[in-house]
Amino acid sequence: MGKISNQHLIEKLTAKYGEQISAISEPYGLLTFEATRTVISDLLAFLKNDEELKFNYLTDITAIHYPEKENALGVIYHLHSFYNNVRIRIKVFLPVSDPTIPTATLLWDGANWMERETFDFFGIQFTGHPDLRRILNVDDMTVFPMRREYPLEDPNRVDKKDYFFGR
Amino acid sequence: MSNFITEITPNRPVYTDNDPQGELTTLNLGPTHPATHGVFQNVLQMDGERIVSGVSTIGYIHRAFEKIAEHRPFYQITTLTDRLNYCSSPINNMGWHMTVEKLLDIKTPKRVDYMRVIVMELSRIADHLICNGILGVDTGAFSGFLYLMEEREHIYEIFEEVCGARLTTNIGRIGGFERDFNEITFQKIKKFIKNFPPILKEFEALFNRNRIFIERTSGVGAVSPEVAMGYSWSGPILRATGVDYDVRVNEPYASYEDFDFEIPVGTTGDVYDRFILRNEEMWQSLRIIEQALEKIEKEPKGVFHADVPEFYLPPKEQVYNNMEALIYHFKIVMGEVETPKTEVYHAVEGGNGELGFYLVNDGGRTPYRLHFRRPSFINYQMYAPMSGGMLLSDAIINMSSLNIIAGELDA
Repeated sequence: MGKISNQHLIEKLTAKYGEQISAISEPYGLLTFEATRTVISDLLAFLKNDEELKFNYLTDITAIHYPEKENALGVIYHLHSFYNNVRIRIKVFLPVSDPTIPTATLLWDGANWMERETFDFFGIQFTGHPDLRRILNVDDMTVFPMRREYPLEDPNRVDKKDYFFGR
Repeated sequence: MSNFITEITPNRPVYTDNDPQGELTTLNLGPTHPATHGVFQNVLQMDGERIVSGVSTIGYIHRAFEKIAEHRPFYQITTLTDRLNYCSSPINNMGWHMTVEKLLDIKTPKRVDYMRVIVMELSRIADHLICNGILGVDTGAFSGFLYLMEEREHIYEIFEEVCGARLTTNIGRIGGFERDFNEITFQKIKKFIKNFPPILKEFEALFNRNRIFIERTSGVGAVSPEVAMGYSWSGPILRATGVDYDVRVNEPYASYEDFDFEIPVGTTGDVYDRFILRNEEMWQSLRIIEQALEKIEKEPKGVFHADVPEFYLPPKEQVYNNMEALIYHFKIVMGEVETPKTEVYHAVEGGNGELGFYLVNDGGRTPYRLHFRRPSFINYQMYAPMSGGMLLSDAIINMSSLNIIAGELDA
């Protein structure tokens, strides 16, 4: 689909960032790799401003939680280059004890609510974000509900006990 | 190395006016204001009729769909997608089905693709009809809305014929449709594409060159393409600014590459441009439906799903009477089918923009993580910043033309 091949992108990025980029794969043709949080803001700025690549559009920011891993929380960026019609997926894994990552709001204004949503559900702290507070959940919520340790339903609730339904 | 700020600078919303002279008024617009067409709250600071600043509060109908989706098998998530953008739920349903098909590497027959295109374009028309009709109501022209609502009713009758439901359709299955289009469906579609153009023409005649409407809408909420892309806008409101980004063309799905249609773009990105653009998109959708009806004629009859027994639920009478169907039914329902351990992002052009599904699968019966890239959520975040300096009545029509759907906003 795109004008730039994934191979070319990989070469260009590994030449610049070397060891900081790992786990490169291409599920369903979408180039995916992991980066570290020390380079992520520089990497995003490079991808956005590079004359050839021009990943000018931030499609999405979200997160994922793998409780069994050492760096359990992953922040996932989807970028899109309108000029070349190529998408790219970047992941940054962070430890639960210190889930901080630089914000992307200085590059894209649209990152504001996406990062607020990610903070709201996963507790990722985006340093430098202008207004990092909960967005969909209530303000006085104390947990980050999309983390795996929180069950779908409150196990303490009593209104759904079997005896109410004659079971 | 990095040019990022490294400390959080809290910028909490101002709920009481902070002007020393006490000249500004705080106005609570919403959450249940009739002019906002949904549960949206905006706390505005007003200087007379002009908005100084605003803060959006969202989440009033948050239903934790992403959490629920982690506990549901793939085929049961369709009903969750219904409730995102409920004005065009078939697009959401099929976007989800196509995501799963991409994950499982299922190739759907051409006839299924064309059937999907028909249903998706009909729902795009329904979505745009609502948006443009309501925009007319908000500018004070009620009659256009009434003309259009009758046509939306006819589209819903077609959906009813295809799947039995009207608003939250749950249309189709992974791999195709649950049943073939019957004769009455085709008759109704043909009747619709014959009767709809004159009504849309009349609607355009009422609005497009109407001086009151133009003066009311042109220049309101004008956005430059750079700002719109910076805010990750997508869909009609992005195209109204002049960016020709449409997922149907940039990354064709469901055989959209077989169709001949145009992507209208605007120039100024104001409310008037968005209105004209949505009207033009309805004409293009009609064109696509006409072509799809022609193409379906040439495809083998009676094909309405891909041949994937491991994922496509067999009909009930076969489950009761046929050993093989019973086994597959059991395997699907109990989730004993192997699925690849990988991740997939699939986007469709929804009524409001790029509707993306990011699915991470760990091989189990439910997704490990499912994220909806909801266009309304991302489009809406510019609303409060762009309202600064607007008149209150302009901010109302600006919200109508953004076509924010509360279900999609809050997920």
